[in-house]
Amino acid sequence: MTDATDFAGSSREKWTGFSANQYFICLKGILVREWLRYLSQKERFVSSLVRPLLWLFIFAAGFRQVLGVSIIPPYETYVLYEVYITPGLCGMILLFSGMQSSLSMVYDREMGNMRILLVSPFPRWYLLVSKLLAGVGVSLLQVYAFLAIAWFWDVRAPVAGYFLILPALFFAGLMLGALGMLLSSLVKQLENFAGIMNFVIFPMYFASSALYPLWRVQESSPLLYKICLLNPFTYAVELIRFAFYARIEWTSLVVVLAVTLALLGAAILAYNPARGLTVRKQDMGGSQ
Amino acid sequence: MKLQSRSPETPRTDERAAVAALELASISYNYGQRKALDDVSFSIEPARFTVLLGLNGAGKTTLFSLVSHLFSPRTGRIRVFGQDIDRNSGQALRRLGIVFQARTLDLDLTVRQNLLYHAALHGIGTRVARQRIDELLHAIDLTDRIEEKVRGLSGGQVRRVEIIRALLHRPSLLLLDEATVGLDIKSRATILKDIRALVERDGISVLWATHLIDEVGQADQVLVLDKGKLVADGPVATILSSTGTETINQAFSKLTGITDMNVRGGRP
Repeated sequence: MTDATDFAGSSREKWTGFSANQYFICLKGILVREWLRYLSQKERFVSSLVRPLLWLFIFAAGFRQVLGVSIIPPYETYVLYEVYITPGLCGMILLFSGMQSSLSMVYDREMGNMRILLVSPFPRWYLLVSKLLAGVGVSLLQVYAFLAIAWFWDVRAPVAGYFLILPALFFAGLMLGALGMLLSSLVKQLENFAGIMNFVIFPMYFASSALYPLWRVQESSPLLYKICLLNPFTYAVELIRFAFYARIEWTSLVVVLAVTLALLGAAILAYNPARGLTVRKQDMGGSQ
Repeated sequence: MKLQSRSPETPRTDERAAVAALELASISYNYGQRKALDDVSFSIEPARFTVLLGLNGAGKTTLFSLVSHLFSPRTGRIRVFGQDIDRNSGQALRRLGIVFQARTLDLDLTVRQNLLYHAALHGIGTRVARQRIDELLHAIDLTDRIEEKVRGLSGGQVRRVEIIRALLHRPSLLLLDEATVGLDIKSRATILKDIRALVERDGISVLWATHLIDEVGQADQVLVLDKGKLVADGPVATILSSTGTETINQAFSKLTGITDMNVRGGRP
């Protein structure tokens, strides 16, 4: 009586928990819902592409002559500035997507949809990880759509690199999604989300190796260089950059995985009912 | 409509006698320094229609949030059919069907998509879920709206979809928090009648939170919550006799100190 067709209310037989198939059904349901929501928000897809494309078409084209990029690993020859910033722009898509998921969770919490997820009998950590995976799935699609357009703009990496970056994108997406999830538990109201833009997204993006090689940063500001080294986004970008050329940047991989685990653990803790962080007075629909 | 929450071949009369559908023991909860619930204890027998009556701000929604494990009580224990909500939350939650006060359907998804999502969150596969959805939507005459986005439904229709969503996984205990707020008289009466039928026909237990005194009439048990304290617990007749009053309005006035009963939505 514990298969998917079971009457959930019966307790005459001892319930031994959900089966692996039911866990899969739950994950699939959350993935499908995220996908359907994404499809219903076409402007979200467009804006997620416009942002990095503007950087690629305008910013990179303009700064190509100003910012010289010497031969640094993983590059074995001089590369165009557009090529250099492409991994950073992939990271940017993941970063914005992670924050978009965070915004979506805050919205869901205010609208009440989040409660339906949280009152599911599946373990809460599993629900949150599923939600995170759903967000990463959507952001990977955005990254590949961006790379396809960049390809036609003659910004190209080795063909194999487009397949090899998938794990790197996945891990980077997990880390940034986990960050978004943690933030969603801390942001009290949707209106406060603008602060996330100013205090999280932009500092993370600019104080990283996404736009300039770190040796360049070190030359101009040793302090900023140290900040960049402390920024996990730097490691996400480098992980992607090396993966494009079939190389694993081990330090970046370890940092990204460690930060992902730490952020995800904190997010799960923050959504623990005993902590009371997810449901505050104002989340109760104004009532008590 | 004729809602059905469970298969007729799964009676649980043995269980009904054995364990309470819901049991709260010494539950307290604070928002900062302010006490929302203060040492609340009660139990609900299976297959009973229980009304939780209280003005806005009495603590009803906080109580629902604790029972549905959205957050944990600072003190006390909550058991759903004997399962501790903190220690065995999965076992307890699978037996709960919940209709929140705030609308919780995704407006951008269709009725079917919303219901399939809920089914998945309870581990119910698509084939079984589709069958149950068709049956339940047919019962509330909303079959023709199944592919419509929730945004296009009326308030009463949204509420009815939320109720069948709560029944989709065939729970044993249904929690409804102000389920009729914002609905017209006819919709309110229909929903009340159907929920009452669920109790009588299918043996489902219901906890119905409301601030509307006229919804108390059909209750097997009434719980009166006032400023976070449970001030009355029992059948209507018992509450009337214990307060020495003739109507539930008078009893409520006496218990809460509210004299202007025209004010139903909050303290005068």
